[in-house]
Amino acid sequence: MDHISALMNKAADLAQEVREGRTVIRLSGNLSIACLHDLPNRLDAIEGPVDTIDLSGVDHMDTIGAWVLHRTIKRLDCKITGDKCDAERLIATVGSVDEPVNIRPDHEPPWQRVVGQIGEAVVNSGTTLLGLLGFFGGTLVATWNVIRHPGRFRINAVVQRFEVVGVSALGIIGLMSFLIGIVIAQQGSVQLRQFGMEMLTINLVGRLTFRELGVLMTAIMVAGRSGSAFAAQLGTMKLTEEVDAMRTIGVSPMEALVLPRTLAVVVMMPLLGFYSSIVAIIGGGFLCAVSLDIPPITFVQRLREVVPIHDLWVGLIKAPVFGVIIALAGCFQGMQVKANAEEVGLRTTAAVVQAIFLVIVLDAFFAVFFTWVGWN
Amino acid sequence: MAQEEEISAEEARIEEAVEHNGIAISVRNLRNSFGEQVVHEGLNLDVRKGEILGVVGGSGTGKSVLMRSIIGLQTPDEGEVHVFGESMIGRLDDEALAIRKRWGVLFQGGALFSTLTVAENIEVPIREYYPNIGPKLRDEIAAYKIRMTGLPAEAGPKYPAELSGGMKKRAGLARALALDPDLLFLDEPTAGLDPIGAAAFDDQTRRLQQTLGLTVFLITHDLDTLYSICDRVAVLADRKVTAVGTIDELLATDHPWIQEYFNGPRGRAATAAVAREKDKRR
Repeated sequence: MDHISALMNKAADLAQEVREGRTVIRLSGNLSIACLHDLPNRLDAIEGPVDTIDLSGVDHMDTIGAWVLHRTIKRLDCKITGDKCDAERLIATVGSVDEPVNIRPDHEPPWQRVVGQIGEAVVNSGTTLLGLLGFFGGTLVATWNVIRHPGRFRINAVVQRFEVVGVSALGIIGLMSFLIGIVIAQQGSVQLRQFGMEMLTINLVGRLTFRELGVLMTAIMVAGRSGSAFAAQLGTMKLTEEVDAMRTIGVSPMEALVLPRTLAVVVMMPLLGFYSSIVAIIGGGFLCAVSLDIPPITFVQRLREVVPIHDLWVGLIKAPVFGVIIALAGCFQGMQVKANAEEVGLRTTAAVVQAIFLVIVLDAFFAVFFTWVGWN
Repeated sequence: MAQEEEISAEEARIEEAVEHNGIAISVRNLRNSFGEQVVHEGLNLDVRKGEILGVVGGSGTGKSVLMRSIIGLQTPDEGEVHVFGESMIGRLDDEALAIRKRWGVLFQGGALFSTLTVAENIEVPIREYYPNIGPKLRDEIAAYKIRMTGLPAEAGPKYPAELSGGMKKRAGLARALALDPDLLFLDEPTAGLDPIGAAAFDDQTRRLQQTLGLTVFLITHDLDTLYSICDRVAVLADRKVTAVGTIDELLATDHPWIQEYFNGPRGRAATAAVAREKDKRR
């Protein structure tokens, strides 16, 4: 009970009275941030003229209380009396640093901002595309340099990347492909059964996985696993000035960082894509055996009849190109990091989005191209 | 309302404890270890109210760990930590809230929130603990805190990435001071600053400490800081506080590390500088 009564005294409060024709505001309690409660609003609501502010009831004051008093004194042009807790000094201290400070950067009107943002996005896309092309050129130059000086080829770095990009991805890509194979076979068989042509499920699974899905799903998975990792690794290295240190020692970051990663993805993509296609076909075969009663032997035999060998080439030709795009997008975005840790996250996201987008755009071009050359 | 009273009752009790004995922080029998490595063992330390206590020690003697133990970021294996008479060990975050409002911490790198402007950074603790403070008053408070810590007015709307090292420290100090704390923790505030900037920062710390009646727990490597602003110095060595006192008192001990620290080439230079300063004033 004692505490509570002590507290009631402490909460800041004000009383307004008129003494000998002069308005006096009597403040009491504790003028500190914890006890102010609604006092600032109540002080703001007071209209002048006020002659004095009486502080004789105030036991304690911090700079926030002093600031509230300072602005009230300034607004009402009054003086203070009854100071017993060094209030004048505190008010003078905060008063000496009273000057307008912007809290946030200036805001533009909305329409201007929208137009500005659109313009910025267009310019950004343009510069990113140009930058990516330039980066591709830089990689080619680095490749040429390494071809001319084979001693500078970093075999260890490349092999290490093989493991990270390829071998470690086998499990997840295998599982994903197996499930995709099952889904395609299952959905296909449901539709084809209506025409009594369940056997065509084998055509569907075989041709679709070799031509498109195997490589495409692998590309998406590699972009998510390795493209993002490249962007984050290189971005962090840029932040910690490792890349700059490399340059000063005379090691080209393009040769030491970008080339091994690109090479690893380019080599691994066809292998992973082929592996993914095979596992997807096994998945499709598994579903055919379980739900369509097509024995595996028949499945494989039929597969050999309906899947032309150029379907395999279509997939294998696309794979390294997708690999180049994924590696370049990841490394390029990583090398663009300049300011802070937050940018690493943004760049990593951008790397994955760009890689997947470009892969799908290019896949469309490839589809048109292969139709044109007659590989239907 | 009932809860508010409860919290305020808590605050009142703390207030009383501070009034009655002059100790702001008391650490008893502290033990900290990371795996096999024991950092502190039987460490005792008292920080008096209203003093600037410098904490020194070689690298790896656990200066920052001691600070983290006091402010509750690190749970010690054993020992007692009291801040304003309240035990800080094993307290829930909610319970320790009343105390947390009463300290400010400046981390080594400033630890400013990178997505907020300097002014918005300062507003975070106010917004968090005192939602009753209106947005306009909050902006004004942030503004005068910025100027009070010696930052130019233009620094307000800037993001931390746009600031120099010294300005980041000042912005961190402004945020630490946002709630007008009684207790200020500074972790190597002058590290990485140029000598002029470091001296200005020391000066600012001293001035703020006197104006606001702060108790300052200051971890430093900077001998000039020790000589110019610290009331007492605590030396961390051999897993505990081996000595506490004014620099003169420390010089009178014959602990080898202390002797080497203050009487090494840098220590002598700082001593000479202080002597020159005193002569000038005379």
